[in-house]
Amino acid sequence: MDTKLPPYATFGQRAWFYGFRVICGLIFFFLIAPIIIIIPLSFNAEDFFTFTPGMLALDADAYSLRHYTAFFGEDGYPWTGLLVGLGFGAAVSALFYFLGSKNLFPILIFGILGLIVGKLWGLEGEEWMTPLRNSLRIAPVATLLSVSFGTLAAIGLSQSHVPFKGAIMAILISPMIVPLIISAAGMYFFYSRIGLQGTFMGVVLAHAALGIPFVIITVTATLVGFDRSLTRAAANLGANPVTTFFRIQMPLILPGVISGGLFAFITSFDEVVVVIFVGSAGQQTLPWQMFTGLREQISPVILAAATILVAISIVLLTVVELLRRRSERLRGMSPS
Amino acid sequence: MSDATQDGPVLAADGTPLKRSLSRALRAQKLRALMLIAPLLLFILITFIAPIVDMLFRSVENQIVSETLPRTVVELEGWDAEGVPSEDVYAALAYDFMEAAERRNHTRLGSRLNYETTGISSLFRQSGRGVDDIGEDYADQFHDLNPAWEEPETWAALMGAPDWVEAQSADDVDGAGLLFRLSVAIQEVLPETSDAYRSFARTVQSEDDDNPVAEEPWNTVYLALYRDLSTGDVSGYDGLMADLLAEAAAAVPDFEGMTPREAFADINDDWLDTEVWATIEAFSDPYTAGYFLSAIDLQLTPDGVERQPPEQRVYLLLFNRTIFMSMAITLMCVLLGYPIAYLLSNLPARTSNLLLILVLLPFWTSLLVRTSAWKVLLQQQGVINDLLVWIGLVADDARLALINNQLGTIIAMTHILLPFMILPLFSVMKTIPPSYVRAAKSLGATNFTAFRRVYFPQSIPGIGAGCILVFILAIGYYITPELVGGRTGTFISNRIAYHISSSLNWGLAAALGTILLALVLVLYWVYDRIVGIDNVKLG
Repeated sequence: MDTKLPPYATFGQRAWFYGFRVICGLIFFFLIAPIIIIIPLSFNAEDFFTFTPGMLALDADAYSLRHYTAFFGEDGYPWTGLLVGLGFGAAVSALFYFLGSKNLFPILIFGILGLIVGKLWGLEGEEWMTPLRNSLRIAPVATLLSVSFGTLAAIGLSQSHVPFKGAIMAILISPMIVPLIISAAGMYFFYSRIGLQGTFMGVVLAHAALGIPFVIITVTATLVGFDRSLTRAAANLGANPVTTFFRIQMPLILPGVISGGLFAFITSFDEVVVVIFVGSAGQQTLPWQMFTGLREQISPVILAAATILVAISIVLLTVVELLRRRSERLRGMSPS
Repeated sequence: MSDATQDGPVLAADGTPLKRSLSRALRAQKLRALMLIAPLLLFILITFIAPIVDMLFRSVENQIVSETLPRTVVELEGWDAEGVPSEDVYAALAYDFMEAAERRNHTRLGSRLNYETTGISSLFRQSGRGVDDIGEDYADQFHDLNPAWEEPETWAALMGAPDWVEAQSADDVDGAGLLFRLSVAIQEVLPETSDAYRSFARTVQSEDDDNPVAEEPWNTVYLALYRDLSTGDVSGYDGLMADLLAEAAAAVPDFEGMTPREAFADINDDWLDTEVWATIEAFSDPYTAGYFLSAIDLQLTPDGVERQPPEQRVYLLLFNRTIFMSMAITLMCVLLGYPIAYLLSNLPARTSNLLLILVLLPFWTSLLVRTSAWKVLLQQQGVINDLLVWIGLVADDARLALINNQLGTIIAMTHILLPFMILPLFSVMKTIPPSYVRAAKSLGATNFTAFRRVYFPQSIPGIGAGCILVFILAIGYYITPELVGGRTGTFISNRIAYHISSSLNWGLAAALGTILLALVLVLYWVYDRIVGIDNVKLG
């Protein structure tokens, strides 16, 4: 299909040209509208799941933040946490400054971390905040496990002579292919046998296993474009294999490792089926709470939670996209 | 060229033959690669593959019958499946059941057998309450004959190995003490009694932490003693309490009481029902195909494999529905995904990257967010129905049922899986050179012919990859059908989850899971053949 309509196009060609674009527009609408529409609905002042007449008339009273207030609860010390985090970040930045680098990122990162930790510190039995805290405790540990094991294995797999490469690859990718309900059933049976069912450790191990295929796929994809003569050059200049790995290979594949990690994180953070079976009430995560909420009594607070998750996915998507471009630039491809 | 003049094998710098030196280097390289992979492989084998194997094992495992009723299973081997089993079978059942009831295993076995024949669960629960009365009439007659039979010490001294009895009779024995050991002499004379007493002694030790020397045996032990004395000969016994035994042997022919069969029939008539016995016998093997048969609507009966009664045939229907709906979802994804991928691959890179974000955003958004969005949109009082009523397409009192049925599942899952169709299609279409279509047109093909004969065939690998991926993902979906599928729009996964968490029929859940897994693995293999698992791309 040409991108522009030639001046001599017949009526039929014109109709098809615009008609096709309208069809595609409708499909894009189908893809994106359900996600967008929950955002205004989450500001509904009533307990309804549709637009009230007041909302349609853009009446300010018909909108409110009450579902967000319900989501965040009232306990916690977010502002204290924020202040502590900002202070800590500023200290780190000052340290960096003396070491000769003007980097203000620590202030931002520690500020956000302080806000979250302050909010979630020591919460018990809150409807939404406790599950959120559980999610934020499980996902990073699972991500760390899958990234460290996965990166090592991906480097091993990208070597030129690997025996049984196909079989190993098939096993390592299988957690992504096997239906979640089957993984969940198997893990439930097996983890009950070895006493991991209903423990924090059990959920972490299960989520790490589910995240590994994503790390393997992204890191091997980055390693495909890796120029091996760089490591040989490093060795030639006297670097030992460990130095070569950390100074040469790691910085180059880091974008792939980070996006693999983000995939693993989102896998764990969004995962419901396995955690329902492997976890117990003490490990209830945010998606689990949403699932329960949707199945039993659906409350508009779910829409507030959903909106927050959409915001998080937009941030993650942006980061992954930026990393992909950086990786392609580092490997000398023109970013597309 | 100087090598050519040299004699013998080519040598490396350090003097070893080059061939050996190279193969050593290659081996070191392979070993290093494997060392890097090993930790992860081990991790996946333990956390993921072992659970799957465990599930496969559970789908055929059936030790519960032979572990709970070991003696009955042995005795039943001689039963011809015609008429009521012999008294020996009922006696064995009494010993087994008494122990199972004390260990509280019988209800578990009852629920297990209830999957095969309804009613067994309540029969077992009732019998568990009544079983301690079996043999009571004999116990009373032994007590009347000689009060020594009432004394726990008598029994312990008669049955236990001498050193065990000595150790257990000391004053400082706390709790259960040493594990019970049987006297060798008595085992030959009173085989059933010693077996029943050992079962009693060990159960009392492990369940109640009591010393058997201080506990009166169960009534079933008296039943065993009666049966041993009335059939066997104790005249050859000259060990401890030989005279007590001789006295009892002389009196036993005058004893009266219910036979084991009468006793069980007294608890519940169903024990005379051959169907109950046929079920126990059919599932007495430690491994069974029963769960797999149930999973495809068959059942194991005494007459062989038969179809389930029509009202219980649900699984084939569910498998059919799962496959049919997954195909419908895959088809919808192709229909909606193809134009989008086509558009994206033909637009300038800048525009297509912008539009790609509209595909990637749903891909990155939490599954539950998308499912809750559809739940909100499709409700009877939801946005879509409101809109249709407002436009006037639908009357307010005749709002469309868009959710809690198959339609709801298909709509929501098409939306959720669409990115998985668009992304592989897009990556294939990007590689199709536009000059082919232009060449076709310059040779006189119309737009449609050029598309049909030139472009479309080249995009088929992308369709294949996308279809298999979407189908694999759809067939095992659980969350979305559970939330928007209602009763008619659920998949086999929902049934598996039901059997794990609600009906607790784990074996059947495992069998259904195994069938689903086999289906997915075949598709995975096909996918690997067509696309290659190394070529999976994310985002």
